[in-house]
Amino acid sequence: MTMGTVLALTGAALAVILAGMGSAYGVGVAGQAASGVVSEDPSKFAKVLIMQLLPGTQGIYGLLVGFIALSKIGLLSGNPAELSTQTGLMILAACLPIAIVGLVSGRHQGKTAVSAIGIIVKKPDQFGKAMLFPAMVETYAILALLVSILAVNGVPV
Amino acid sequence: MADKYIYAVARVRALEMSLFSQTTIEQLIAAKTYKESVQFLIEHGWGDSETDHTDADAILNVETEKTWAVIEEMVEDMSVFDVILLPDLFHNLKAAIKTIVAGEVNADIFYDNVAIDGKEMLEIVKNRDFKALPSYMQACAEEAYECMTHTGDGQMCDVIIDKGTLLAILEAADDAKDELLKAYAETTVAVADIKIAVRSLKTAKSMDFMRRAMAPCKTLNIDRLAKAALSGMEDIIKYLSETEYAGGAEALANSSSAFERWCDNRIIETIRPQKYNAFTVGPLVAYILARLNEIKTVRIILSGKLNGLPEEAIRERIREMYV
Repeated sequence: MTMGTVLALTGAALAVILAGMGSAYGVGVAGQAASGVVSEDPSKFAKVLIMQLLPGTQGIYGLLVGFIALSKIGLLSGNPAELSTQTGLMILAACLPIAIVGLVSGRHQGKTAVSAIGIIVKKPDQFGKAMLFPAMVETYAILALLVSILAVNGVPV
Repeated sequence: MADKYIYAVARVRALEMSLFSQTTIEQLIAAKTYKESVQFLIEHGWGDSETDHTDADAILNVETEKTWAVIEEMVEDMSVFDVILLPDLFHNLKAAIKTIVAGEVNADIFYDNVAIDGKEMLEIVKNRDFKALPSYMQACAEEAYECMTHTGDGQMCDVIIDKGTLLAILEAADDAKDELLKAYAETTVAVADIKIAVRSLKTAKSMDFMRRAMAPCKTLNIDRLAKAALSGMEDIIKYLSETEYAGGAEALANSSSAFERWCDNRIIETIRPQKYNAFTVGPLVAYILARLNEIKTVRIILSGKLNGLPEEAIRERIREMYV
Protein backbone atom coordinates (compact mmCIF):
# COMPACT_ATOMS: atom_id res chain seq x y z
CA MET A 1 0.00 0.00 0.00
CA THR A 2 1.37 3.39 -1.01
CA MET A 3 1.47 6.67 0.91
CA GLY A 4 -1.11 7.93 -1.58
CA THR A 5 -3.58 5.22 -0.53
CA VAL A 6 -2.96 6.00 3.15
CA LEU A 7 -3.71 9.69 2.55
CA ALA A 8 -6.87 8.90 0.59
CA LEU A 9 -8.01 6.55 3.34
CA THR A 10 -7.33 9.28 5.90
CA GLY A 11 -9.61 11.58 3.89
CA ALA A 12 -12.42 9.02 3.88
CA ALA A 13 -11.95 8.45 7.61
CA LEU A 14 -12.04 12.18 8.37
CA ALA A 15 -15.26 12.61 6.37
CA VAL A 16 -16.94 9.87 8.39
CA ILE A 17 -15.42 10.76 11.78
CA LEU A 18 -15.78 14.57 11.81
CA ALA A 19 -19.20 14.72 10.16
CA GLY A 20 -20.33 11.89 12.45
CA MET A 21 -19.09 13.79 15.50
CA GLY A 22 -21.03 16.87 14.42
CA SER A 23 -24.21 14.83 14.01
CA ALA A 24 -23.69 12.94 17.26
CA TYR A 25 -23.41 16.21 19.15
CA GLY A 26 -26.38 17.77 17.34
CA VAL A 27 -28.65 14.77 17.77
CA GLY A 28 -27.47 14.47 21.37
CA VAL A 29 -28.35 18.00 22.48
CA ALA A 30 -31.62 17.99 20.52
CA GLY A 31 -32.40 14.64 22.16
CA GLN A 32 -31.84 16.10 25.62
CA ALA A 33 -34.25 18.93 24.86
CA ALA A 34 -36.75 16.49 23.32
CA SER A 35 -36.60 14.30 26.45
CA GLY A 36 -37.23 17.33 28.64
CA VAL A 37 -40.36 18.16 26.66
CA VAL A 38 -41.69 14.60 26.43
CA SER A 39 -41.23 14.06 30.19
CA GLU A 40 -43.86 16.78 30.75
CA ASP A 41 -45.90 16.49 27.54
CA PRO A 42 -45.69 13.08 25.76
CA SER A 43 -48.13 14.23 23.08
CA LYS A 44 -45.33 16.22 21.42
CA PHE A 45 -43.13 13.14 20.90
CA ALA A 46 -43.48 12.96 17.09
CA LYS A 47 -42.79 16.65 16.53
CA VAL A 48 -39.72 16.82 18.75
CA LEU A 49 -38.40 13.54 17.31
CA ILE A 50 -38.32 15.11 13.84
CA MET A 51 -36.38 18.04 15.29
CA GLN A 52 -33.94 15.67 16.93
CA LEU A 53 -33.32 13.85 13.62
CA LEU A 54 -32.48 16.98 11.61
CA PRO A 55 -28.82 17.24 12.72
CA GLY A 56 -28.34 13.54 11.93
CA THR A 57 -27.88 14.12 8.19
CA GLN A 58 -24.28 15.38 8.39
CA GLY A 59 -23.18 11.94 9.58
CA ILE A 60 -24.94 10.36 6.57
CA TYR A 61 -23.27 12.84 4.19
CA GLY A 62 -19.88 12.01 5.70
CA LEU A 63 -20.60 8.30 5.29
CA LEU A 64 -21.61 8.83 1.64
CA VAL A 65 -18.41 10.73 0.81
CA GLY A 66 -16.43 8.09 2.72
CA PHE A 67 -18.00 5.34 0.60
CA ILE A 68 -17.34 7.22 -2.66
CA ALA A 69 -13.70 7.79 -1.67
CA LEU A 70 -13.22 4.12 -0.69
CA SER A 71 -14.84 3.03 -3.94
CA LYS A 72 -12.63 5.42 -5.90
CA ILE A 73 -9.42 3.95 -4.49
CA GLY A 74 -10.72 0.42 -5.04
CA LEU A 75 -10.80 -0.62 -1.39
CA LEU A 76 -14.43 -1.74 -1.58
CA SER A 77 -13.83 -4.04 -4.57
CA GLY A 78 -10.74 -5.56 -2.97
CA ASN A 79 -8.36 -4.18 -5.64
CA PRO A 80 -6.73 -1.11 -4.07
CA ALA A 81 -5.23 1.21 -6.65
CA GLU A 82 -1.55 2.18 -6.47
CA LEU A 83 -2.01 5.89 -5.73
CA SER A 84 0.72 8.49 -5.93
CA THR A 85 1.16 10.77 -2.91
CA GLN A 86 -0.21 13.65 -5.00
CA THR A 87 -3.41 11.74 -5.87
CA GLY A 88 -3.83 10.64 -2.27
CA LEU A 89 -3.54 14.24 -1.11
CA MET A 90 -6.11 15.30 -3.69
CA ILE A 91 -8.63 12.76 -2.38
CA LEU A 92 -7.88 13.83 1.19
CA ALA A 93 -8.49 17.48 0.24
CA ALA A 94 -11.71 16.51 -1.57
CA CYS A 95 -13.04 14.87 1.61
CA LEU A 96 -12.31 17.88 3.82
CA PRO A 97 -15.33 20.08 2.94
CA ILE A 98 -17.90 17.61 4.26
CA ALA A 99 -15.60 16.61 7.14
CA ILE A 100 -15.19 20.14 8.49
CA VAL A 101 -18.54 21.63 7.49
CA GLY A 102 -20.27 18.45 8.73
CA LEU A 103 -18.69 18.88 12.17
CA VAL A 104 -19.48 22.57 12.50
CA SER A 105 -22.94 22.51 10.92
CA GLY A 106 -23.98 19.42 12.91
CA ARG A 107 -23.21 21.23 16.16
CA HIS A 108 -24.97 24.41 15.10
CA GLN A 109 -27.95 22.57 13.70
CA GLY A 110 -28.29 20.72 17.00
CA LYS A 111 -28.36 23.98 18.94
CA THR A 112 -30.86 25.49 16.53
CA ALA A 113 -33.00 22.37 16.87
CA VAL A 114 -32.95 22.82 20.67
CA SER A 115 -34.24 26.37 20.28
CA ALA A 116 -36.86 25.22 17.74
CA ILE A 117 -38.06 22.59 20.22
CA GLY A 118 -38.74 25.53 22.56
CA ILE A 119 -41.09 26.94 19.91
CA ILE A 120 -42.90 23.61 19.52
CA VAL A 121 -43.53 23.44 23.29
CA LYS A 122 -45.12 26.87 23.38
CA LYS A 123 -46.76 26.93 19.94
CA PRO A 124 -47.19 23.43 18.48
CA ASP A 125 -49.15 24.85 15.53
CA GLN A 126 -45.99 26.67 14.40
CA PHE A 127 -44.14 23.39 13.78
CA GLY A 128 -43.48 24.19 10.09
CA LYS A 129 -41.88 27.53 10.86
CA ALA A 130 -39.92 26.07 13.78
CA MET A 131 -38.48 23.37 11.51
CA LEU A 132 -37.26 25.91 8.98
CA PHE A 133 -34.66 27.40 11.36
CA PRO A 134 -32.56 24.25 11.85
CA ALA A 135 -33.24 23.27 8.21
CA MET A 136 -31.47 26.45 7.05
CA VAL A 137 -28.23 25.17 8.59
CA GLU A 138 -28.57 22.07 6.43
CA THR A 139 -27.95 24.19 3.29
CA TYR A 140 -24.26 24.50 4.10
CA ALA A 141 -23.83 20.82 4.81
CA ILE A 142 -25.42 20.07 1.41
CA LEU A 143 -23.11 22.54 -0.35
CA ALA A 144 -20.09 20.90 1.28
CA LEU A 145 -21.43 17.46 0.36
CA LEU A 146 -21.79 18.48 -3.29
CA VAL A 147 -18.25 19.86 -3.46
CA SER A 148 -16.80 16.77 -1.80
CA ILE A 149 -18.65 14.38 -4.14
CA LEU A 150 -17.67 16.37 -7.27
CA ALA A 151 -14.07 16.70 -6.11
CA VAL A 152 -13.63 13.02 -5.16
CA ASN A 153 -15.17 11.95 -8.48
CA GLY A 154 -13.01 14.44 -10.35
CA VAL A 155 -9.69 13.13 -9.04
CA PRO A 156 -8.04 11.02 -11.77
CA VAL A 157 -6.97 7.63 -10.37
CA MET B 1 -20.91 23.96 30.37
CA ALA B 2 -24.10 25.51 29.11
CA ASP B 3 -25.13 22.18 27.53
CA LYS B 4 -25.85 20.60 30.90
CA TYR B 5 -29.11 22.57 31.28
CA ILE B 6 -30.60 21.69 27.87
CA TYR B 7 -32.86 18.93 29.23
CA ALA B 8 -33.93 21.01 32.20
CA VAL B 9 -34.64 24.14 30.16
CA ALA B 10 -36.77 22.20 27.66
CA ARG B 11 -38.70 20.62 30.53
CA VAL B 12 -39.18 24.01 32.14
CA ARG B 13 -40.52 25.33 28.82
CA ALA B 14 -43.23 22.68 29.02
CA LEU B 15 -43.88 23.52 32.69
CA GLU B 16 -44.20 27.21 31.86
CA MET B 17 -47.32 26.33 29.89
CA SER B 18 -49.11 25.69 33.17
CA LEU B 19 -48.04 28.98 34.77
CA PHE B 20 -50.89 31.38 35.38
CA SER B 21 -51.21 34.12 32.77
CA GLN B 22 -52.65 37.56 33.50
CA THR B 23 -55.98 36.26 32.13
CA THR B 24 -56.04 33.33 34.55
CA ILE B 25 -55.27 35.70 37.42
CA GLU B 26 -58.18 37.88 36.31
CA GLN B 27 -60.44 34.79 36.40
CA LEU B 28 -59.24 34.06 39.94
CA ILE B 29 -59.97 37.63 40.99
CA ALA B 30 -63.41 37.36 39.43
CA ALA B 31 -64.30 34.42 41.71
CA LYS B 32 -67.16 35.58 43.94
CA THR B 33 -65.95 34.12 47.24
CA TYR B 34 -62.82 32.88 48.96
CA LYS B 35 -64.13 29.33 48.73
CA GLU B 36 -64.71 29.70 45.00
CA SER B 37 -61.14 30.99 44.57
CA VAL B 38 -59.70 27.97 46.38
CA GLN B 39 -61.89 25.69 44.24
CA PHE B 40 -60.54 27.44 41.12
CA LEU B 41 -56.98 26.62 42.24
CA ILE B 42 -57.81 22.98 42.91
CA GLU B 43 -59.42 22.69 39.47
CA HIS B 44 -56.14 24.00 38.00
CA GLY B 45 -54.20 21.19 39.69
CA TRP B 46 -52.96 23.12 42.73
CA GLY B 47 -52.32 21.15 45.91
CA ASP B 48 -52.17 17.35 45.94
CA SER B 49 -54.33 14.43 47.00
CA GLU B 50 -53.11 14.68 50.62
CA THR B 51 -53.75 18.41 50.97
CA ASP B 52 -56.76 19.64 52.88
CA HIS B 53 -58.70 21.37 50.10
CA THR B 54 -60.06 23.97 52.49
CA ASP B 55 -56.62 24.99 53.71
CA ALA B 56 -55.28 27.54 51.21
CA ASP B 57 -51.96 27.90 53.06
CA ALA B 58 -51.35 24.16 52.76
CA ILE B 59 -52.16 24.30 49.03
CA LEU B 60 -49.72 27.18 48.47
CA ASN B 61 -47.00 25.42 50.50
CA VAL B 62 -47.48 22.26 48.40
CA GLU B 63 -47.04 24.35 45.24
CA THR B 64 -43.77 25.82 46.56
CA GLU B 65 -42.55 22.33 47.45
CA LYS B 66 -43.56 21.03 43.99
CA THR B 67 -41.54 23.80 42.34
CA TRP B 68 -38.36 22.95 44.23
CA ALA B 69 -38.94 19.21 43.85
CA VAL B 70 -39.08 19.43 40.06
CA ILE B 71 -35.93 21.58 39.97
CA GLU B 72 -34.11 19.12 42.26
CA GLU B 73 -35.05 16.31 39.85
CA MET B 74 -33.36 18.12 36.98
CA VAL B 75 -30.34 19.84 38.53
CA GLU B 76 -27.60 17.96 40.37
CA ASP B 77 -25.91 20.93 41.99
CA MET B 78 -28.57 23.01 43.71
CA SER B 79 -25.95 25.48 44.96
CA VAL B 80 -26.43 27.43 41.70
CA PHE B 81 -29.73 28.58 43.22
CA ASP B 82 -28.13 29.77 46.46
CA VAL B 83 -29.02 33.35 45.67
CA ILE B 84 -32.71 32.36 45.83
CA LEU B 85 -32.45 29.74 48.59
CA LEU B 86 -30.28 31.66 51.08
CA PRO B 87 -33.15 33.68 52.62
CA ASP B 88 -34.90 30.37 53.50
CA LEU B 89 -31.69 28.95 54.97
CA PHE B 90 -31.12 32.06 57.11
CA HIS B 91 -34.78 31.96 58.11
CA ASN B 92 -34.14 28.49 59.54
CA LEU B 93 -31.23 29.90 61.54
CA LYS B 94 -33.36 32.75 62.84
CA ALA B 95 -36.18 30.40 63.78
CA ALA B 96 -33.78 27.94 65.45
CA ILE B 97 -32.09 30.62 67.60
CA LYS B 98 -35.43 32.02 68.76
CA THR B 99 -36.81 28.54 69.36
CA ILE B 100 -33.80 27.41 71.41
CA VAL B 101 -33.64 30.60 73.46
CA ALA B 102 -37.41 30.54 74.06
CA GLY B 103 -37.27 26.80 74.78
CA GLU B 104 -40.23 25.87 72.58
CA VAL B 105 -39.87 23.60 69.58
CA ASN B 106 -42.25 24.12 66.69
CA ALA B 107 -41.26 22.18 63.56
CA ASP B 108 -43.78 24.03 61.34
CA ILE B 109 -41.76 27.23 61.20
CA PHE B 110 -38.83 25.78 59.24
CA TYR B 111 -38.18 25.38 55.54
CA ASP B 112 -37.24 21.89 54.35
CA ASN B 113 -36.11 22.79 50.83
CA VAL B 114 -32.70 24.10 51.94
CA ALA B 115 -29.30 22.56 52.72
CA ILE B 116 -29.90 22.58 56.49
CA ASP B 117 -33.44 21.73 57.54
CA GLY B 118 -35.11 22.71 60.80
CA LYS B 119 -34.14 19.61 62.79
CA GLU B 120 -30.46 19.87 61.87
CA MET B 121 -30.42 23.62 62.46
CA LEU B 122 -31.94 23.18 65.91
CA GLU B 123 -29.20 20.67 66.81
CA ILE B 124 -26.47 23.03 65.57
CA VAL B 125 -27.83 25.99 67.54
CA LYS B 126 -28.56 23.87 70.63
CA ASN B 127 -24.94 22.61 70.71
CA ARG B 128 -23.60 26.01 69.61
CA ASP B 129 -21.77 24.10 66.92
CA PHE B 130 -21.68 27.05 64.51
CA LYS B 131 -18.68 25.60 62.67
CA ALA B 132 -21.08 23.04 61.20
CA LEU B 133 -22.75 25.90 59.30
CA PRO B 134 -21.51 27.16 55.92
CA SER B 135 -18.69 29.70 56.36
CA TYR B 136 -20.88 32.64 55.31
CA MET B 137 -23.29 31.91 58.19
CA GLN B 138 -20.92 31.20 61.08
CA ALA B 139 -20.08 34.73 62.29
CA CYS B 140 -23.61 36.06 61.99
CA ALA B 141 -25.08 32.94 63.67
CA GLU B 142 -22.76 33.30 66.65
CA GLU B 143 -23.40 37.05 66.93
CA ALA B 144 -27.18 36.62 66.67
CA TYR B 145 -27.14 33.79 69.24
CA GLU B 146 -25.08 35.85 71.71
CA CYS B 147 -27.34 38.86 71.17
CA MET B 148 -30.47 36.78 71.77
CA THR B 149 -29.17 34.99 74.87
CA HIS B 150 -27.66 38.08 76.52
CA THR B 151 -30.17 40.80 75.63
CA GLY B 152 -33.25 38.84 74.52
CA ASP B 153 -33.56 41.49 71.77
CA GLY B 154 -35.39 39.62 69.00
CA GLN B 155 -35.36 42.62 66.69
CA MET B 156 -31.57 42.99 66.84
CA CYS B 157 -31.25 39.24 66.31
CA ASP B 158 -33.37 39.66 63.15
CA VAL B 159 -31.24 42.61 61.99
CA ILE B 160 -27.99 40.64 62.39
CA ILE B 161 -29.32 37.61 60.53
CA ASP B 162 -31.02 39.67 57.81
CA LYS B 163 -27.78 41.53 57.11
CA GLY B 164 -25.94 38.19 57.09
CA THR B 165 -28.45 37.00 54.50
CA LEU B 166 -27.88 40.01 52.26
CA LEU B 167 -24.09 39.68 52.47
CA ALA B 168 -24.32 35.95 51.70
CA ILE B 169 -26.56 36.67 48.69
CA LEU B 170 -23.98 39.12 47.34
CA GLU B 171 -21.20 36.59 47.92
CA ALA B 172 -23.19 33.88 46.15
CA ALA B 173 -23.86 36.28 43.26
CA ASP B 174 -20.12 36.96 42.93
CA ASP B 175 -19.55 33.22 42.53
CA ALA B 176 -22.51 32.75 40.17
CA LYS B 177 -21.68 32.65 36.46
CA ASP B 178 -25.15 33.54 35.30
CA GLU B 179 -25.84 37.24 34.73
CA LEU B 180 -29.49 36.82 35.72
CA LEU B 181 -28.52 35.57 39.18
CA LYS B 182 -26.16 38.52 39.61
CA ALA B 183 -28.89 40.97 38.58
CA TYR B 184 -31.43 39.28 40.86
CA ALA B 185 -29.02 39.40 43.82
CA GLU B 186 -28.24 43.07 43.27
CA THR B 187 -31.95 43.97 43.02
CA THR B 188 -32.79 41.87 46.10
CA VAL B 189 -30.14 43.56 48.24
CA ALA B 190 -30.89 47.07 46.97
CA VAL B 191 -34.62 46.62 47.56
CA ALA B 192 -33.94 45.26 51.06
CA ASP B 193 -31.82 48.35 51.80
CA ILE B 194 -34.59 50.64 50.57
CA LYS B 195 -37.13 48.80 52.74
CA ILE B 196 -34.80 49.15 55.76
CA ALA B 197 -34.51 52.90 55.08
CA VAL B 198 -38.29 53.32 54.86
CA ARG B 199 -38.92 51.23 57.97
CA SER B 200 -36.19 53.07 59.89
CA LEU B 201 -37.78 56.39 58.95
CA LYS B 202 -41.18 55.22 60.21
CA THR B 203 -39.77 53.90 63.50
CA ALA B 204 -37.25 56.74 63.96
CA LYS B 205 -34.16 54.54 63.98
CA SER B 206 -30.66 55.98 64.20
CA MET B 207 -27.93 56.20 61.56
CA ASP B 208 -25.99 53.51 63.45
CA PHE B 209 -28.94 51.15 63.30
CA MET B 210 -29.29 51.63 59.54
CA ARG B 211 -25.57 51.16 58.95
CA ARG B 212 -25.76 47.95 60.93
CA ALA B 213 -28.79 46.69 59.00
CA MET B 214 -27.98 47.74 55.42
CA ALA B 215 -25.70 45.78 53.10
CA PRO B 216 -23.53 47.71 50.63
CA CYS B 217 -24.42 47.09 46.99
CA LYS B 218 -23.32 48.43 43.61
CA THR B 219 -26.47 50.29 42.60
CA LEU B 220 -27.10 52.22 45.83
CA ASN B 221 -25.01 54.37 48.15
CA ILE B 222 -26.23 53.20 51.53
CA ASP B 223 -24.74 56.18 53.36
CA ARG B 224 -26.75 58.59 51.21
CA LEU B 225 -29.83 56.39 51.58
CA ALA B 226 -29.47 56.29 55.37
CA LYS B 227 -28.94 60.06 55.56
CA ALA B 228 -32.02 60.56 53.39
CA ALA B 229 -33.98 58.28 55.73
CA LEU B 230 -33.00 60.51 58.66
CA SER B 231 -34.37 63.56 56.81
CA GLY B 232 -37.70 62.19 55.63
CA MET B 233 -39.60 60.28 52.95
CA GLU B 234 -39.21 63.09 50.41
CA ASP B 235 -35.44 62.83 50.66
CA ILE B 236 -35.54 59.04 50.19
CA ILE B 237 -37.69 59.50 47.08
CA LYS B 238 -35.40 62.29 45.84
CA TYR B 239 -32.31 60.13 46.28
CA LEU B 240 -33.91 57.08 44.63
CA SER B 241 -34.96 59.24 41.67
CA GLU B 242 -31.26 59.67 40.90
CA THR B 243 -30.70 55.91 40.85
CA GLU B 244 -31.94 53.09 38.65
CA TYR B 245 -34.75 52.64 41.19
CA ALA B 246 -36.46 55.84 40.04
CA GLY B 247 -39.61 53.86 39.15
CA GLY B 248 -39.61 52.53 42.70
CA ALA B 249 -39.39 56.08 44.03
CA GLU B 250 -42.65 56.94 42.27
CA ALA B 251 -44.30 53.84 43.73
CA LEU B 252 -42.90 54.64 47.17
CA ALA B 253 -44.53 58.07 46.95
CA ASN B 254 -47.89 56.27 46.69
CA SER B 255 -47.52 53.55 49.34
CA SER B 256 -45.27 50.81 50.70
CA SER B 257 -47.41 48.12 49.06
CA ALA B 258 -47.10 49.91 45.69
CA PHE B 259 -43.33 49.84 46.19
CA GLU B 260 -43.37 46.11 47.02
CA ARG B 261 -45.40 45.53 43.86
CA TRP B 262 -42.93 47.58 41.82
CA CYS B 263 -40.02 45.51 43.22
CA ASP B 264 -41.69 42.22 42.25
CA ASN B 265 -42.64 43.53 38.80
CA ARG B 266 -39.07 44.70 38.27
CA ILE B 267 -37.81 41.18 38.95
CA ILE B 268 -40.32 39.78 36.44
CA GLU B 269 -39.12 42.32 33.85
CA THR B 270 -35.52 41.25 34.56
CA ILE B 271 -36.28 37.58 33.99
CA ARG B 272 -38.57 37.99 30.95
CA PRO B 273 -35.77 37.71 28.31
CA GLN B 274 -35.06 34.19 29.64
CA LYS B 275 -38.13 33.02 27.68
CA TYR B 276 -35.90 33.10 24.61
CA ASN B 277 -32.79 31.47 26.10
CA ALA B 278 -32.35 27.72 25.66
CA PHE B 279 -28.89 26.92 26.99
CA THR B 280 -28.07 28.37 30.41
CA VAL B 281 -29.36 28.10 33.97
CA GLY B 282 -31.16 31.43 33.43
CA PRO B 283 -34.52 29.96 32.32
CA LEU B 284 -34.55 27.70 35.40
CA VAL B 285 -33.94 30.67 37.68
CA ALA B 286 -36.63 32.57 35.79
CA TYR B 287 -39.09 29.68 36.20
CA ILE B 288 -38.46 29.47 39.96
CA LEU B 289 -38.89 33.22 40.42
CA ALA B 290 -41.97 33.24 38.17
CA ARG B 291 -43.50 30.40 40.16
CA LEU B 292 -42.75 32.07 43.52
CA ASN B 293 -44.21 35.30 42.14
CA GLU B 294 -47.31 33.40 40.99
CA ILE B 295 -47.76 31.81 44.43
CA LYS B 296 -47.30 35.21 46.12
CA THR B 297 -49.90 36.77 43.79
CA VAL B 298 -52.38 33.98 44.50
CA ARG B 299 -51.76 34.46 48.25
CA ILE B 300 -52.53 38.19 47.88
CA ILE B 301 -55.76 37.42 46.00
CA LEU B 302 -56.88 34.81 48.54
CA SER B 303 -56.09 37.15 51.39
CA GLY B 304 -58.11 39.88 49.66
CA LYS B 305 -61.04 37.51 49.16
CA LEU B 306 -60.86 36.36 52.77
CA ASN B 307 -60.97 39.95 53.99
CA GLY B 308 -63.78 40.90 51.60
CA LEU B 309 -61.73 43.41 49.57
CA PRO B 310 -63.36 44.62 46.34
CA GLU B 311 -61.91 43.32 43.05
CA GLU B 312 -60.38 46.70 42.21
CA ALA B 313 -58.46 46.83 45.49
CA ILE B 314 -57.10 43.31 44.89
CA ARG B 315 -56.18 44.19 41.30
CA GLU B 316 -54.05 47.11 42.53
CA ARG B 317 -51.94 44.74 44.59
CA ILE B 318 -51.35 41.88 42.17
CA ARG B 319 -48.03 41.33 40.40
CA GLU B 320 -47.29 41.03 36.69
CA MET B 321 -47.10 37.45 35.45
CA TYR B 322 -44.11 35.94 33.62
CA VAL B 323 -46.12 34.33 30.82
